[in-house]
Amino acid sequence: MRKLDRKLLRDLYQLRGQAAAIVLVIAAGVATFVMSMCAYRSLTATKDAFYRDYRFADVFTSTHRAPDALLPRLRDIEGVAAIETRLVYDVLLDVVGMSEPATARLISVPDRGQSELNQVYIRRGRMIEPLQSGEVVVSEVFAAAHGFVPGDQVRAIINGKTQSMKIVGIALSPEYVIQVQPGSVLPDDKRFGIFWIGRRDLEAAFDMTGAFNSVTVRLALGHETARVIDELDRLLKPYGSVGAYDRDEQLSHRYLSDELSQLRGMAVMAPAIFLGVAAFLLNIAVSRIITQQREQIAALKAFGYSDFEVGAHYLNLVFVISVGGSIAGSLIGFWMGANMMGMYEEFYKFPALTFLINWPAVAAAFLMTSAAAVVGTFLSVRSAVTLPPAEAMRPEAPPSYRTSWFERVVPKRFLAPEMRMVVRNLTRRPVRAALSVVGIAMAVAVMVLGNFSLDAMNYMMEFQFRLAQRQDLTVTFVEPATESVMYEVQNLDGVLESETMRSVATRIRFQNRSRRIGIMGLLPDPQLYRLLDADEREVRVPEFGIMLNSKLSEVLGASIGDEVIVEVLEGKRPTLTMEVSAIVEEYAGINAYMNKRRLHEVLLESNVASGAFLKVDPNRIDAVFAELEERPGVGSVTIKDAMMQSFEQTVAENILVMRSFIVMFAAVIAIGVVYNTAKISLSERQRDLATMRVMGFTNREVSTVLLGEIIIFTVLAIPLGCVIGYGLAAVMTAGLDTDNYRIPLVVSRNTLLLASSVVVVATILSALLVQRRVKRLDLISVLKTRD
Amino acid sequence: MSATKVQTDKTSVFHAIDIAKIYQMGEVQVHALRGVSLELYEGEFVVLLGASGSGKSTLLNILGGLDSPTSGTVHYLDHELTASDASELTRYRRDNVGFVFQFYNLIPSLTARENVELITEIATSPMDAMDALDLVGLKPRADHFPAQLSGGEQQRVAIARAIAKNPNVLLCDEPTGALDVQTGIVVLQAIGQINRQLGTTTAVITHNAEIAKMADRVILLSDGHIAGIETNSTKVAAQDLRW
Repeated sequence: MRKLDRKLLRDLYQLRGQAAAIVLVIAAGVATFVMSMCAYRSLTATKDAFYRDYRFADVFTSTHRAPDALLPRLRDIEGVAAIETRLVYDVLLDVVGMSEPATARLISVPDRGQSELNQVYIRRGRMIEPLQSGEVVVSEVFAAAHGFVPGDQVRAIINGKTQSMKIVGIALSPEYVIQVQPGSVLPDDKRFGIFWIGRRDLEAAFDMTGAFNSVTVRLALGHETARVIDELDRLLKPYGSVGAYDRDEQLSHRYLSDELSQLRGMAVMAPAIFLGVAAFLLNIAVSRIITQQREQIAALKAFGYSDFEVGAHYLNLVFVISVGGSIAGSLIGFWMGANMMGMYEEFYKFPALTFLINWPAVAAAFLMTSAAAVVGTFLSVRSAVTLPPAEAMRPEAPPSYRTSWFERVVPKRFLAPEMRMVVRNLTRRPVRAALSVVGIAMAVAVMVLGNFSLDAMNYMMEFQFRLAQRQDLTVTFVEPATESVMYEVQNLDGVLESETMRSVATRIRFQNRSRRIGIMGLLPDPQLYRLLDADEREVRVPEFGIMLNSKLSEVLGASIGDEVIVEVLEGKRPTLTMEVSAIVEEYAGINAYMNKRRLHEVLLESNVASGAFLKVDPNRIDAVFAELEERPGVGSVTIKDAMMQSFEQTVAENILVMRSFIVMFAAVIAIGVVYNTAKISLSERQRDLATMRVMGFTNREVSTVLLGEIIIFTVLAIPLGCVIGYGLAAVMTAGLDTDNYRIPLVVSRNTLLLASSVVVVATILSALLVQRRVKRLDLISVLKTRD
Repeated sequence: MSATKVQTDKTSVFHAIDIAKIYQMGEVQVHALRGVSLELYEGEFVVLLGASGSGKSTLLNILGGLDSPTSGTVHYLDHELTASDASELTRYRRDNVGFVFQFYNLIPSLTARENVELITEIATSPMDAMDALDLVGLKPRADHFPAQLSGGEQQRVAIARAIAKNPNVLLCDEPTGALDVQTGIVVLQAIGQINRQLGTTTAVITHNAEIAKMADRVILLSDGHIAGIETNSTKVAAQDLRW
């Protein structure tokens, strides 16, 4: 081993505390990056393979009832590589042991041979026997939620008749990697399940022989999706098409895409924060070593080491630290990534979700950390290299101080000499002091960022499901219900309050932008399904005009007073021009609302309802469920509390895992920055402190000088960190803003308090570590040598 | 002889009996002091003279409560330093001892006056910081930072800082070691003046025999032993020293 390398190892050993702290900070950044990128790769690869192998469709559409005879014409559309027609119906399911009904989506599979598109993967059991009546295959999450195994029986209420079905297999589908009931924002494994059933069974049950109500298409390569969609819409229009859409609007695919973009965002943000902090820590540590080793550098150069060799020596020191951080970070990242796969397996159902290591990302991590290390230390290393030997031999000039602006403001008698030392140390190197403050602030910010998602989630749930929507149940009807059906439902024993709504599929346009949405017609002053503005104030439904939710308004670029074009995709398909009368706040979905009576007028229909919102006496809720299950017209029942609970349970568990990572990382940053800063202060002021000790100052008094600085840093860093954290949260909400949901920018006081506390604790811990050194100051040797 | 008279009249400030100090330096034992006994008396000016490695700094550190001997006892007045714990030694230094070091050891972030005030604020009966600076002739430079002062000026600030607490003893470790002759003499003048005016018991370490001429007594140290104690019949004033 070259002697210079041996020196490097020994220097590193001397520096072990600080080096370890920096390695940890780098590791935290690399771990997050590697985890996100590996999870990204794993999820993408698994998704792509599943989509490909099980032939996930590109375009989807549904109609009311279209004849099979139309199929050849659809197949002839240019750009269509494969097409499949099928029947899809949502029905109520009567599950033993569950009083409330669940919704089953029945999807037909061909009676002979495989489906052409959206094939199912059989996890257990078998596929339906050709032409075997009464057999179903059920989706895995739903089966798991109820403990169903092949051989079990379930009862569905199909067209008003209870029909028993035998589960023969448990399956997955690329179409339902995540199962979210339309109209709902959250998955509810227990109350929404997918059932694949022989086509003949469904045709019989719904009287659809020789007809279909759902079309899925796989596109040929290189064809424009929009043209195919237009053609499909044109051909299916007479049969009640509500408009074709591509994967971007397919729920399961959209949730996956959102998750992937979230991982991407994390992969960008984490290294930016952690490597920035690491670069700064390396900067202060290395410039300190170089100051201390001036004479050694001079000697090396005097003996003939070249500038390059000296520079490389110090850069190598830095590389050892950065590579150490990268290796540790990658390993932690792999571990976290593998854990993340476990979490994903609860949400996203694939035949096999395997963890793949993203080697290019690992390489990128190594390059990034090295770059950050070089950026952080370049100037100090250069100054060491360019110092002429003779000058370097002489000790560095005593640091010059001056009275700071601070003291001109604060009268002298308020500042003890110890505090004056602290203040002057800070003002002498304002940039370094500022960077230390920013570094500690980043720890606070990371904590705020990590916990804010929970705040946002809580607020979103509170706003959407408690403040705005106050119903207990949402009932939808298979066909628009007449007044008599409404009357029956509203007067069920146990229903306390009720409101009806009319929902209609439309395409809404403003200028060159358009979206497929459902417009909901509401009563003028709804009390169960309320509309609120951003300040949580109730918005009345005006007689005329259309109300957009904030997301739709943003997507279309339309605001109050603008005129939007609404093409109704049902019934007589009128096209209307409507003025935007209000913008309402909603955090999930893109929706529009209007006056129900007015909606009936434009649709040229009588007073009908697509669904109803019910407030139910909690003691009689089971009776209400039983009644609802018996009504043939009822298509689905959504139970708000159950949905929220099931979601909170799953999410709470995962958030807990993520939070412990984040708290750990924030502590790593805080300890890294505080410990390094204190360590450097100690090293720089060793002589001052020892002198004070010699002159009779106690350990505690001397520590004031050392820790006063750290305390000031922390006190300044906490508010700054809260502000930065808030800013990062804002960036994150903007990044995660999708059509599915928007994340409100809400940071609770508890989050700020928790973030501050973690940093305060980290500060105290590292202060204690350093303070131990004060006790061990070698008073004599410090006085004998020049600094 | 005046020195005899000093010895009989004055009370003993330090009383050291058979002190030895052994440092473990890796695998080698270094005998810094090998059984030293001595007494220092109130108000006297003592020079500890010896080559480097003779044990003089070790002795001074032990007297100043910075270090403790491996064996032997040291009394400061009726207080046994060798039986004191760390906090008692801190207390002892705080109340009784003024230190002057070869490399001044001023706090660079404090002005001359503030360096002195650093001490006056923790002392029980200090003099005014400006008076202390005046004693060493640095009152006009009171608001300068160490980086703005010459080496001699810095050392004089260090002396002012050492005496501002009105210490009973002033311990100086090679106070002129880092200074040129002219500046060194100015510093010695200041130390001599303190000793005369305030009656502070003063011990100065040096390897420079010329400085010994200004002492009441000279203790010669060699290889950890006291090689001899000389009493100067006439003290030479600092300004008349040459080296």
